[in-house]
Amino acid sequence: METDWVCTFFDIGGQSIAYIEVKFIFGVPMLNFLWGGMILIAVVYGTLTGHVKEVGNAAIDSSKEAVELCITMLGVMALWTGMMKIAEAAGLTEKFRRAVRPALRFLFPDVPEDAKANDYIASNLLANILGLGWAATPFGLKAMAELQKLNLARGGKKEVASRAMCTFLIINISSLQLIPVNIIAYRSQYGSVNPAEIVGPAIVATAVSTLAAVVFVKLTERKEKA
Amino acid sequence: MEMLMYLSDFCIPLLLFYMIGYGLVTKTDIYKEFTEGAKDGFQVTIGILPTLIGLMTGVGMLRASGFLEALAGWLSPVAELFSFPGELVPLVVVKMFSSSAATGLVLDIFKEYGPDSYLGQVTSLICSSTETVFYTMSVYFMAAGVKKTRYTLTGALVATVTGVAVSTILGGML
Repeated sequence: METDWVCTFFDIGGQSIAYIEVKFIFGVPMLNFLWGGMILIAVVYGTLTGHVKEVGNAAIDSSKEAVELCITMLGVMALWTGMMKIAEAAGLTEKFRRAVRPALRFLFPDVPEDAKANDYIASNLLANILGLGWAATPFGLKAMAELQKLNLARGGKKEVASRAMCTFLIINISSLQLIPVNIIAYRSQYGSVNPAEIVGPAIVATAVSTLAAVVFVKLTERKEKA
Repeated sequence: MEMLMYLSDFCIPLLLFYMIGYGLVTKTDIYKEFTEGAKDGFQVTIGILPTLIGLMTGVGMLRASGFLEALAGWLSPVAELFSFPGELVPLVVVKMFSSSAATGLVLDIFKEYGPDSYLGQVTSLICSSTETVFYTMSVYFMAAGVKKTRYTLTGALVATVTGVAVSTILGGML
């Protein structure tokens, strides 16, 4: 049951950004199997169906394409992280962290209002909302560490997730992304007439899935109390 | 639906207007901050390039071999019971474990069917409204030393299924 990841921190202008790559999920080297499997299956299936030449060409073309895609991404990503830096410097993110306090109180009744966990949870949610998934993980890990401290202080067991932890994870996994920056960049690279067209419907989809998560969490908590 | 389309058109311009306006009002050195932040975007993109090369190659080969098409064909009868396109089943499953592997599949769908096609729209929405369930759970819980995750997985799956269902419905309306 080992989970292992490589975390690279970029530190530019005092702001550190982490890029996290997971190697093992519950002891399974996930990408080794997924990625290795893809290539092995492609070669075997391609040979059997007589597409082996195409498979070889695809290998060369795809690697080239990844670089072309990155050039599109460079522009969109840089624009986005640049705007985020403005929001941070102007105090907009701080304003947001304060604005979500009432929501956090509702979602995490077990977390005291002055707990550090609140700040980390708010930062994590904000990064997720803005489509900066890689920036969300470090805050999320810190939030979990703080929630664990609260759990232990309350006499909870270390190996058993506290209510607040379950809620935090479920909300996180329900996805909160407001602007799917990556998807917009990919759509634009592959010739979408209106790459940002999906923003409105995506907000609805994300809101409904998050709502389902909140309802589930509240119902389960009520059931456990009873 | 028309309302949603307006929202799509206005969302990014409004957000940019708000951030720049707020920055100016608070006397932030917006241009300097912007250029500095943009540099971070470079680092992030360069950081994911190796992953993209690896996974796009893997998925590209799989597509060329005809396997993805065959897989969609095998999965279609089951997926259709839920009026879900069989072509997207591998994406939904892979997305629960690895977001980079899912990205490879997303790009393949965009290339093969076009981002504005029905499959392309549903894919875009699924990616925006679901998360890597097992990845997130394992990273966060392992970091905190938690072994018993109680009702987290059930809740996460409820959210994921809801996200996929709503995406499929909305994608059909676009």
